[in-house]
Amino acid sequence: MLRYSLRRFLGAIPTLLVLIALAFFMIRLAPGGPFDQERALPPQIEANLRAAYHLDEPLPQQFVRYLGNLLRGDFGPSFQYRDFTVTELIMTGFPVSLRLGGTAILIAFVVGVTAGSIAALKQNRPADYAVMGVSMTGISIPNFVMAPLLILVFAVYLGWLPAGGLGDGSIRNLVLPVVALALPQIAYIARLTRGSMIEVLRSNFIRTARAQGLATRTIVMRHALKPALLPVVSYLGPATAAVITGSVVIEQIFGVPGIGRFFVQGALNRDYTLVMGVVVFYGTLIILFNFLVDLAYAWLDPKVKYS
Amino acid sequence: MADSGAGVPERPTPSFAFASRIRIGNGETKIMTRVLWMPILGLAALAMTGCGPAGSGGRAPIGGESGTELAEEQVIHWGNGADPGTLDPQKGRGVPGSNIQRDLFEGLIAEAPNGDLIPGVAETWDVSEDGLTYTFHLREDARWSNGDAVTAEDFVFGLRRAADPATLSEYSFIVAPILNAEAITAGDLPPEELGVRAIDERTLEIGLRGPTPYFLGLLSHPVTYPVHRPSLEEHGVRFTRPGNLIGNGAYTLVEAVVQSHVRLERNPYYWDDESTTIDVVYHHATEDTTAELKRYRADELDATYFIPKAQLPWIRENLPDELTIAPYLGSYYYGFNLTKPPFKGNLALRRALALAIDREIITKQITNAGEIAAFGFVPPVNNYEGQQMPEAAWSQQERETEARRLYLDAGYSPENPLRVELLYNTQDDHRRIAVAVASMWRRVLGVQTEIVNQEWKVYLDTRTQKEDTQVFRAGWIGDYNDAYTFAELPLSDSGLNDFGYDSEEYDALVAKAGMELDMQTRAGYLQEAERVLLDDMPLIPIYFYVTAKMVKPWVDGYEPNIMDHYRSQDVRILKH
Repeated sequence: MLRYSLRRFLGAIPTLLVLIALAFFMIRLAPGGPFDQERALPPQIEANLRAAYHLDEPLPQQFVRYLGNLLRGDFGPSFQYRDFTVTELIMTGFPVSLRLGGTAILIAFVVGVTAGSIAALKQNRPADYAVMGVSMTGISIPNFVMAPLLILVFAVYLGWLPAGGLGDGSIRNLVLPVVALALPQIAYIARLTRGSMIEVLRSNFIRTARAQGLATRTIVMRHALKPALLPVVSYLGPATAAVITGSVVIEQIFGVPGIGRFFVQGALNRDYTLVMGVVVFYGTLIILFNFLVDLAYAWLDPKVKYS
Repeated sequence: MADSGAGVPERPTPSFAFASRIRIGNGETKIMTRVLWMPILGLAALAMTGCGPAGSGGRAPIGGESGTELAEEQVIHWGNGADPGTLDPQKGRGVPGSNIQRDLFEGLIAEAPNGDLIPGVAETWDVSEDGLTYTFHLREDARWSNGDAVTAEDFVFGLRRAADPATLSEYSFIVAPILNAEAITAGDLPPEELGVRAIDERTLEIGLRGPTPYFLGLLSHPVTYPVHRPSLEEHGVRFTRPGNLIGNGAYTLVEAVVQSHVRLERNPYYWDDESTTIDVVYHHATEDTTAELKRYRADELDATYFIPKAQLPWIRENLPDELTIAPYLGSYYYGFNLTKPPFKGNLALRRALALAIDREIITKQITNAGEIAAFGFVPPVNNYEGQQMPEAAWSQQERETEARRLYLDAGYSPENPLRVELLYNTQDDHRRIAVAVASMWRRVLGVQTEIVNQEWKVYLDTRTQKEDTQVFRAGWIGDYNDAYTFAELPLSDSGLNDFGYDSEEYDALVAKAGMELDMQTRAGYLQEAERVLLDDMPLIPIYFYVTAKMVKPWVDGYEPNIMDHYRSQDVRILKH
């Protein structure tokens, strides 16, 4: 297990390097630069700006410099948020995204798996149709439609919940964005669970368990659930990474200061360091969660052994 | 100021948050004319008449009888568009930042709710007869938020910092009229050579390179604000953080959450704290205008930064009293690339295209917020009579007939139509206008237009290079309330001249205006310059901007003004 982890860790380094290199050179290929604006800057100021951010050096040298700083955990200063370093920005935005996304994915997992299992047990009956109908709707309504609808109903018309912002960070402020984030995830997870649960319920070992007269409840909880979760877990890895690194749409609509917005804003502003910082951070999280998923496999599936 | 927006000046929207904009000072006509015509009299005293103390204008009397009572909690929530990026007055870029800076700092000159210039830290000032030397007398009770006195030295430091290329200020051009500023920004002189000096603690002298009638207006711009040197030296770039930031405005910074909000509280050391009513100010980052409107409707915001254009009809029907629309210092136009065919040297063709556009259709049916159809380049500003194309007085039908004639003159015909590319930066309103213009050109002249959109930074790049562009959309928001902020744009050496327009006559007229002391003569030069511009037609004027926002009825003291500037200290919350 330890050796496996170590191997995975070492294997992640070249992956990250390729990611960094690709992102670094691709963002530089985009036309326009961080200091472009309608009124051309005085040459001396532009030169000083370029020097301050080392943009005056040849690109390979900048890349090496960037890697060196990265090794020291320094993502560099942001071009757009000039009072902040990229590390500071990520560190202020990530806890917010983590809290929102973490809650959302947890709820999505519990609700989605429950709903999916119920649908599988009541296959082709009203309960199944209800769950699948709702989840089809959840998947088909994009969250830039769902979120404003939620706000309109619960904040503007009913006045129960705040329409946006984090306020004092209380639960009231989290409810709507968490729900908006969780809904499509619940839908996906319910569908995945239903599909694999139906398959598992038809397999021989479940039939054996039934033949031995075990209660349905015991069969599902003790024997069927674990194997049925395999596809859900592989979906959860990247999904969790995506949700906890923030959703641009949700953050913008609810005015939540997470890190999702930094990525899009950074790209549009040609804020090279910020884009790179978010890419590296996101890439690392994806690698980490994929690793966790593989570990979870070993626990869920007795056929999987790591050594 | 950069402008990437359409109907109303663009506020950085989710997908286009890079058009930085700062607008500055509102050249107060009364003050200016008096100052220049009666240079040796007690100018400051004169200047003071007609403008009451900051914050007193526009307020309803308070008292049970009139039914106007103050709310118990004096907290205001402003929708403030994009994240400010930085609160450093010299490094700021963009309206959202300057809205916060006006609460945190105060310049020599401030702006009343109606946009008039009023004394800020400078209580009085004198101007030399040649208009080249300004002497400001600072108020005795001006304090930093830690209790230190605000001295002339603090302004010297701030202004030098603005001009110093090492500061990396993107708005150093605002201080360019100060003696030696341009050479300092170019790196040819040290910042100490700036024509600014502290005669004593409370007297500041500023020397100019030429008479600049709008100079006082520039001094309300954040880039000219004083800086508390000890805290800057102690904290470096972190001096703008809550706890570190020492300002001299009516409020101090208590909390700043990137992409969320800043929270300000009263600065007890502010000299006019007595007439300040609002205790706590929130400036919320509200990039998404639709979401912003919902927060406003849920009473979480007292005023929005902007409104979603698509919801204008709904707003007009349901919340008409809370919609505030006011003229704004901006001009929307289409530019020609004069360095390449087909527009190089083809005035008849440029005029034909300009005349074929029906501006009423654009302002009434597309932008629809009350924009003014434009036949000239300079929007209504102080001390200036806007010029128009001679055809402005004609009917649209007459214009179209003339357009057809010119089109034939230019060597095109229905059999040999012009094929042209029209470039705009990706945004819905620009697209709708471009489609309308293309169809007008086709209907009237038979022109075949290809409409091309590019993301903002790519579009800027294309425009500046002048290689591929033929016709491009553009807009300009004035940096100060004076025609010069528009007149300088088409100068042959201007960093904004993406037409490749190069007219000696135009340059000479604008240069003459820059050196002229007499306001009337100066306006005459600028007006003549605009006529030359309209005759040469490097651009097609389309409309003048308006600002549109929602303001709750209980926000008292708010007045829309042409610069769209406001300060929290000038408003108060009524009981509701």
